[in-house]
Amino acid sequence: MREKILYGAGILGTLWLVRNLYVICLVLPDETAQGAIYRNLFFHVPSWFVSFTAYFAAGLASIAYVAKRNPVADTLAVACVEVGLVFTCVGLATGSIWARIIWGIWWTWDARLTWALITAVIYAGYLMLRRAIDDPTTRAKNAAVLCIFSFVSVMITYKSIEWWRTQHPDPVLSFRTGGGTIDPAMESAVFQNMLALALLAAVMIAVRMRQEAALREVDSLRRMAHAR
Amino acid sequence: MRFARQSLRIAAKDLRAEMRTKEALNAALAFGVVILVIFSFVLDPGSEAIREMSGGLLWLTFVFAGALILNRAFARELPNDCLDTLLAAPLSGAALFLGKTLASFVLLIIVEGICLPIFGVLYDINWLLQPGLLAAVLLLATWGISVIGTVFSALTVNLRLRELMLPMLVYPIMIPALMAAMRLTTLLVTNEPISNDDWIWFRLLIGFDIIFTSLALGLVEIVLIG
Repeated sequence: MREKILYGAGILGTLWLVRNLYVICLVLPDETAQGAIYRNLFFHVPSWFVSFTAYFAAGLASIAYVAKRNPVADTLAVACVEVGLVFTCVGLATGSIWARIIWGIWWTWDARLTWALITAVIYAGYLMLRRAIDDPTTRAKNAAVLCIFSFVSVMITYKSIEWWRTQHPDPVLSFRTGGGTIDPAMESAVFQNMLALALLAAVMIAVRMRQEAALREVDSLRRMAHAR
Repeated sequence: MRFARQSLRIAAKDLRAEMRTKEALNAALAFGVVILVIFSFVLDPGSEAIREMSGGLLWLTFVFAGALILNRAFARELPNDCLDTLLAAPLSGAALFLGKTLASFVLLIIVEGICLPIFGVLYDINWLLQPGLLAAVLLLATWGISVIGTVFSALTVNLRLRELMLPMLVYPIMIPALMAAMRLTTLLVTNEPISNDDWIWFRLLIGFDIIFTSLALGLVEIVLIG
């Protein structure tokens, strides 16, 4: 039953994404200043939203692990970081493509971009640390501490456009600006894509958690077999 | 009070052990000087470019050399199971951590204090133009580096690839403090005024120190004891 719900949600998310693609490409008009490339916004902003939410969830899960020592919390943290890192890469790639068209360069060392890249490197380090530790309890414990530290970088990335004068565009969505900067139809498409991607991310996280749980089980069986 | 006394005791123990062997200190100093010499091949010494990059160059030297010291913070306790004994001793993990951070901090400051004049001589830069502010930047950034380095030294102490993992994890997390320190040091060494825009780097350094010191003190018990 659980499996059916999971795959059902995955299919729903995919269909929703296809429907959004239709709206984004064929229904909405080009933007006056940027032309067709502005459509990048519908993927760039939602993927960063999803990745930051995933990192936030990973941070909460790590705090929960530190407090309760529940292995499920550790499983959730690693699943969230992996999926978050995928969306970070999507965010960096879409941003880069947009920058090539609008700024004429793939990358610039501006505060927002730099922090985003640092965040990606830090979370990649988290995954590497996990690989380097064999004992499951030590791994979960040390990874949880690193994950809590890493979240500081996410917060700096989020706030960097307010703290520094950056080349990165200012926020456009009305909950950050107070409204008036984006057409409601376009904003609705951004939010719909955000929800569709979030749904897909949740499915991926759930699938990844099941894999981790299976891995833990195999590991404990192997230990039992060795102990005999 | 007891906490402070315990931390100071640990710091004194670490410093005494280090001063007897001078293992990490000598290595870090030699490495620092080597880096300074190698940089002279990259850039023309005495040119304007080197002045503009002086902050970055200095801090790269400090953190590369510093990694050797930070690596030793907890690894020093591995032979003869000293770490287990320290953990069994009647003191909190936070006091142990703070003591080790203090010791790393002092050692890093020594390395910086020796590398800075060498840098000045080799590259013909008068770095004493704004000594008060430069000292503040050095102390704040070095404290940040020591806190992060020591807590990650505890995280990686039992790993197979310890020497590799520590820099891998530590450098990205340190970047906020390093960026601030590099920018401010360049301004101070070239005797440029610190504009309103640049004060944010000071605030960033202080914020970095406060956030990571409190996080580290809160979490280090879990890392060390479990």
